[in-house]
Amino acid sequence: MTAAHLCVQDLSWSPRRGSTPLLHPTSFDLDPGRVLGIVGPNGAGKTTLLRLLYRFHRPVAGKVRIDGEDIWTLSARAVAQRVAAVLQEQPSDFALTVTEIVTLGRTPHRRGFAGTAGAQDQAIIDSALERLELQGLAHRHLDTLSGGERQRVMVARAVAQQPRLLILDEPTNHLDIRHQLEVLDLIRSLPLTIVTSLHDLNLAASVCDDLLLLREGHTVGFGPPRHVLSEEAVAQAFRVTTRREQLSQSGAEHLTFHLKTKGHLR
Amino acid sequence: MDRSRTARLRTGNFRGPLTVLLGGLVLLLVSLSLAISVGAVQVPLGTVWGIFLDKLWPGLIDPTWSKGRAAIVWDIRFPRALLAMMVGAGLAMVGASLQAVTRNPLADPHLLGISSGGAFGAILALLHTGLFTGLLTVPLLAFLGALGATAIVLGVSRFADATSSDRLVLAGVAVSFIIMAGANVLIFLGDPRAAHVVVFWMLGGLGLAQWSQLMYPFIVLLCSATWLLFHTRELNAMTVGDETASTLGIPVARFRLSVFVAGALITGVMVAFSGIIGFVGLMVPHVVRLLVGGDYLRVLTGSAVMGAVFLLWADIAARTVMAPEDIPIGIITGLVGGLFFIWLLGRRKAG
Repeated sequence: MTAAHLCVQDLSWSPRRGSTPLLHPTSFDLDPGRVLGIVGPNGAGKTTLLRLLYRFHRPVAGKVRIDGEDIWTLSARAVAQRVAAVLQEQPSDFALTVTEIVTLGRTPHRRGFAGTAGAQDQAIIDSALERLELQGLAHRHLDTLSGGERQRVMVARAVAQQPRLLILDEPTNHLDIRHQLEVLDLIRSLPLTIVTSLHDLNLAASVCDDLLLLREGHTVGFGPPRHVLSEEAVAQAFRVTTRREQLSQSGAEHLTFHLKTKGHLR
Repeated sequence: MDRSRTARLRTGNFRGPLTVLLGGLVLLLVSLSLAISVGAVQVPLGTVWGIFLDKLWPGLIDPTWSKGRAAIVWDIRFPRALLAMMVGAGLAMVGASLQAVTRNPLADPHLLGISSGGAFGAILALLHTGLFTGLLTVPLLAFLGALGATAIVLGVSRFADATSSDRLVLAGVAVSFIIMAGANVLIFLGDPRAAHVVVFWMLGGLGLAQWSQLMYPFIVLLCSATWLLFHTRELNAMTVGDETASTLGIPVARFRLSVFVAGALITGVMVAFSGIIGFVGLMVPHVVRLLVGGDYLRVLTGSAVMGAVFLLWADIAARTVMAPEDIPIGIITGLVGGLFFIWLLGRRKAG
């Protein structure tokens, strides 16, 4: 596996020509192997930015470059060989097994009749299952698995795609705390460039190398978590009173949030 | 030890569906033989295959049967059974494919109004336009009608924001009602004597099967089914979700449209030759998934085999329940399918 260099230049998007942009010109540069967290309140444009990165939306202006190549000069298939995404879509109950789902990851690399996977593909699929500790569940149907297990299956599918850039949309949603930590641990361990949206700011700060803070489609900050999540920036973006405190036991820094008093809201 | 277990599981997983497929083909052959043997005049199974071999390779066997028997078997029952198989296989494959691209377990050419569109086109050809392109007129207009109905359903579902599974089916049912109203107007305005034939055919029937015409549904089915079988990977990906499928490099919107066009092609042509036969596309893929799992290579091949078997038996039932009266096969599939639909609703609620 190799990690990609991701370069985003003046990227903006609106649903229709002339309508209010959901993402205003955004630029950043991500070195290979780094983990970028995208944070911001609901409706800040996190999902929009991710969709632009995995070539679902065509930008109104600006470019997304992966290892220097503009993703819109490449075919959808060529991009799929470089970028994989783990999204929040719920697969419908059509009785696919874990192995069959993971095999889907080979789609952009295969041609011709859909028959059996080649030996090389099979090895890649096996190693993806192994990396996510799914061998024991290989022949289970997806709808018999727990939320955490399903999320692991979707990550394994993305790993089998052998991307250089992995994009995740709220990978910890609906998971209990243990599964949240497991999924994030696992993501950190992958030797890929990673972009993930996250809700929990403290979790994001502890997992990511860089953060991008969005508010109403504008970039509020980009850089190391400590630098981006200043008390003022968070307070402004999320409209809550924010304090950076130090945990007494570990000495780690931790953000706490409070609603502003009613008088302040007006 | 762990590796040997996964290896065993994998071969087990591979052998299972193959056994099912072989079993299905044997079942298909048995059903075909019975469908030809059973009827107002009972023909022994040996005679059935004797006549078949005699036609295939004249002089191989000494005929022990009368000319009348041979005519019943070869000119009436064989084409009828073959048409039943093609219609069953075709509609089941269409249902399975539509279920994947709409991610909707209730998708079915009948429920989505595609069959009604086909019927409208066919009635237009039979009662009003005349056969302006010869024998191809009815299938051609049926295909265009099916395509038109598909476009309307997709348009309505977008207009009513009915992308969710239940609302898509509601949009299909609504469009189906409107198109059937239009078809009934065509019948009302048409020649009353011809209208009688058309009504019988709208209830679904295989009685029109003739050797000379079987080529059309066969070619359409062969081409469309081959195309679908070459796209099972895309169909699998579509069941996970549109966006995920697109991150796998699949042009989602274009692919879904292509599947709908292929579905309209098969449905239109099958409707042109057999009338409206509902619920095959809904029922068969679900049963097949229970047997062989959700991988679309297996779902499609399984649906083709089981769809053919199901329609052969439905036709046997249609010819025997009120023998010697030949009741429309659509009544049988409607009855079985409606009960299945209720069962499916209950199962979905429980799940």
